[in-house]
Amino acid sequence: MGALLSRDLRLAMRAGGGFGLGLAFFLLLAVLVPLGVGPEGGVLGKIAPGILWVGALLSCLLSLDRIFALDFEDGSLDLLATSPMPLEAVVAVKALAHWLVTGLPLTAVAPVLGVLLNLPVEGYGWLVLSLLLGTPALSVIGAFGAALVVGVKRGGLLLSLLVLPLYVPTLIFGAEVVKRGAAGLEVVVPLLLLAGITLGAAALLPFAAAAAIRVNLR
Amino acid sequence: MSIWEYANPKKFMQTSAWALPWVMGLAVLSLVAGLIWGFFFTPDDFRQGSTVKIIYLHVPAAMMAINAWVMMLVTSLIWLVRRHHVSALAAKAAAPVGLTFTVIALVTGALWGQPMWGTWWAWDPRLTSFLILTLFYMGYIALWEAIENPDTAADLTAVLCLVGSVFALLSRYAVLFWNQGLHQGASLSLDKEENVADVFWFPLLVCIGGFVLLFVALVLMRTRTEIRARRLQALLARERLA
Repeated sequence: MGALLSRDLRLAMRAGGGFGLGLAFFLLLAVLVPLGVGPEGGVLGKIAPGILWVGALLSCLLSLDRIFALDFEDGSLDLLATSPMPLEAVVAVKALAHWLVTGLPLTAVAPVLGVLLNLPVEGYGWLVLSLLLGTPALSVIGAFGAALVVGVKRGGLLLSLLVLPLYVPTLIFGAEVVKRGAAGLEVVVPLLLLAGITLGAAALLPFAAAAAIRVNLR
Repeated sequence: MSIWEYANPKKFMQTSAWALPWVMGLAVLSLVAGLIWGFFFTPDDFRQGSTVKIIYLHVPAAMMAINAWVMMLVTSLIWLVRRHHVSALAAKAAAPVGLTFTVIALVTGALWGQPMWGTWWAWDPRLTSFLILTLFYMGYIALWEAIENPDTAADLTAVLCLVGSVFALLSRYAVLFWNQGLHQGASLSLDKEENVADVFWFPLLVCIGGFVLLFVALVLMRTRTEIRARRLQALLARERLA
């Protein structure tokens, strides 16, 4: 498992791996929104939690089809499927690798973008915490979506149609945490619900994703 | 005699050919009766005026939009567990019908909301959940369309339907948490003494019956089409081999 994780990480980091692309997209979004909405600090601060969460969601989406598609094309997914490691574990490791190269860096740069978007001071801690708790769910759900469309040529657009509705609960609770945190309100309930979604998704979706991959490799 | 007999496409085709005209006829009959009764022979509501009558389209369509997804869930499970092709095809056949009902519910709701709430659309939990349900239907249909191998498509869409059901429910509660609503509570529930006044209630029941029958008829018809299309493909494949 460690070998698979380090292989996936290395592939993602090397040239053409797309590491940093998601981050650049996230940054661009945070620059474009004020250009579109206007520079008033009050408005930006109010919509900043939602924008940052939607941005995290979309940048996660960008690299999803890389989770399985390349391995499917060159046959290494077949090898992984026939290896002694259960396919569910393969999915979990690949989702983890995806999170390490997208979700984690997104969480790290989010406060900087929060400054750009005029996020109220009280919100920063909650922004980082909610992204830290929520982005793993995005990777796992995304891995499930990627497993569904792995056999489809040019499945990128289809992937977003499948995955984005599944992101709805994560987005709602995640943005709610930041919104309430920024307003100085109680955040425990949405935070726990967000953590619950992440844990539930991480526990159950690898099985569904592995089932989908088995169908696709048939 | 068990329900599994209808897993045999031939048996299904025979029985559905016999049942389809009856179900369709009854659906048309009860829809015509219910809608005419509802539209022309019920009094206007003392506050909402005649706009209340859109309830005869809105409520049944919304009910069937959800029930169609539940039916897809059940047939998908049957396909995954027992590998009956008719079941998978029935799920495929039901999806566009369910999507249409969802859109009908959204559009009639908007038409009613404009004069009553003063807006076509509000980000109310019920409305938002329905919009999300539309997205789930679209994703499901798109996945069916995208995959060429019919068995692979059936398997993957069935898995998507199961996972989607869980997330649709989650979204429903997330949306409730996110915003308090403008929409009135449930118009109909079994455990309430009185739902709506009887004058509106009886034609509404007839309309709901009509929509259920219409859904069954449409799904039967579309499933028959799918089975025929599958047979046609088999024939073509055989011809190519020969």
